[in-house]
Amino acid sequence: MVRKPLVSIVSAGLSRFGRLEGMYGREIFAEAAKEAFERCPNLDPTKDIEGLFVGHMGESYEHQGHTGPTLAGWSGLLPKPAMRLESACASSGAALRTGVFAVLSGMHDVVMVGGVEKMTHRSTPEVTEFLAMASDFPFEQWHGITFPGLYALMATAHMHKFGTTEEQMAMVAVKNHHNGALNPKAHMQKEVTLEKAMSSRVIAWPLKLYDCSLITDGASCLILTRPDLAKEFTDSPVHIIGSGQASDAIGLYEREELTTLKAGKLAGQEAYKMAGVEPKDLDIAEVHDCFTIAEIIAYEDLGLCDPGKGGSLIKEGATKLNGEIPVNTSGGLKSKGHPVGATGTAQAYEIYLQLTEQAERRQVRKAEIGLTHNVGGSGATAAVHIYRRG
Amino acid sequence: MSEPLSFTIESFYKFVSEGKLMGAKCSKCGILLLPPKPVCTKCLSTTFRWVELKGKGKLLSYTEIHISPMQFESMAPYIVGIVELEDGPNLPGMIRDVEPEEIKVGMDLIVDFDPSLSNQWPLWPRYFFRPP
Repeated sequence: MVRKPLVSIVSAGLSRFGRLEGMYGREIFAEAAKEAFERCPNLDPTKDIEGLFVGHMGESYEHQGHTGPTLAGWSGLLPKPAMRLESACASSGAALRTGVFAVLSGMHDVVMVGGVEKMTHRSTPEVTEFLAMASDFPFEQWHGITFPGLYALMATAHMHKFGTTEEQMAMVAVKNHHNGALNPKAHMQKEVTLEKAMSSRVIAWPLKLYDCSLITDGASCLILTRPDLAKEFTDSPVHIIGSGQASDAIGLYEREELTTLKAGKLAGQEAYKMAGVEPKDLDIAEVHDCFTIAEIIAYEDLGLCDPGKGGSLIKEGATKLNGEIPVNTSGGLKSKGHPVGATGTAQAYEIYLQLTEQAERRQVRKAEIGLTHNVGGSGATAAVHIYRRG
Repeated sequence: MSEPLSFTIESFYKFVSEGKLMGAKCSKCGILLLPPKPVCTKCLSTTFRWVELKGKGKLLSYTEIHISPMQFESMAPYIVGIVELEDGPNLPGMIRDVEPEEIKVGMDLIVDFDPSLSNQWPLWPRYFFRPP
């Protein structure tokens, strides 16, 4: 039985994703906010929006913390309360969940949630170092283990235990680049061949350049309200019907298993139960493909296939745009890009477009139920949300 | 008799500088914590004793890092892995003295110690793994 909505999304915005030279994070966020405001003419942002919750991972990139009021100031939302949620790459997944709490609690009727990261002005070694801060310092970073390195450790373990191949991982990249080529806001709007992905340079074996998501500038946002107020703002809301979040040990080495993200699995189970839906009911999903192996593990953790069968699922084509359960129709973190703090609500933006028939060339026909899966770090945080067409 | 070191990560690395791999054994529930923690995550006890680990184990997973953080750039590419110690806990670290083509999941590794100290915070020494 599909349960009643928790909250409703009445509008959404996404900046361009890519190398946005000369722009500051707050300016990129203003671009996303403008889209959300313009999409919803019945909403008076300064009057109606009562609070802002934003995901932002790192002060290091722009030497700027205190992101909440900074973004409120650049999107015309002062003096409304604004705060930043930091959960590494799941920062805006956590911000979204916090927005759900705010509305469900009755404290606020309308809130904006979103996220931003400005990354491309920094060198790759600098970004590598900043991203690694989402992992355990004393036993991982201290020994030279990078972020791609952690996912590479999961990939090696998955290959060893289940026979997953480098080719299957590359197929995730090929699929997501195909989708990203259809998304006018994606960072890298071009197809990639299996051969090119397989022969790209090694970042952390077995992960190669095309197994890794992109270093991207971007911002995203959603406007949430009470389901009974949604029709005041739009004729086509999208309801959030399930929300789950879980935590695991900060260090990958402390986890029970290397081939699954327990937090992702638990967050998924919580969201499914709350929504009253099962994996087979999903029409689309945006999952956290920070690395190709992460998408394969996400299939398994979210019950799209049995444990160990994620490699077969991508190979069979089930998750392609025209497959049984299209995954990452936006191009995912892989091709659309991964401005870490913006990713969680950027995933929700894609589901919003799909469930309101606005996804243009990548529209999945008659999509009714969607899911987002947003992971922080190497899996110490995961937030899963389930959506239904309003 | 000197005071025992507090059950912290700082103390763990002090032992590493003496060439010892030490874990904290909870005196109440018996769990072996590596990294040590000042409060037992299983039973909330704050009474522990240090135990020296054998430092032998099997490789659970590995990767060869080509793109490294800034301070490791001169060492890249290098191999890191997670080792399941015979004593129970898993420990990640760099794996040295092994060619990439020789490395295999399940291979035996032992802990060794690099006496050189970092000149950057937190000034800890490093342990690493190598074939026996």
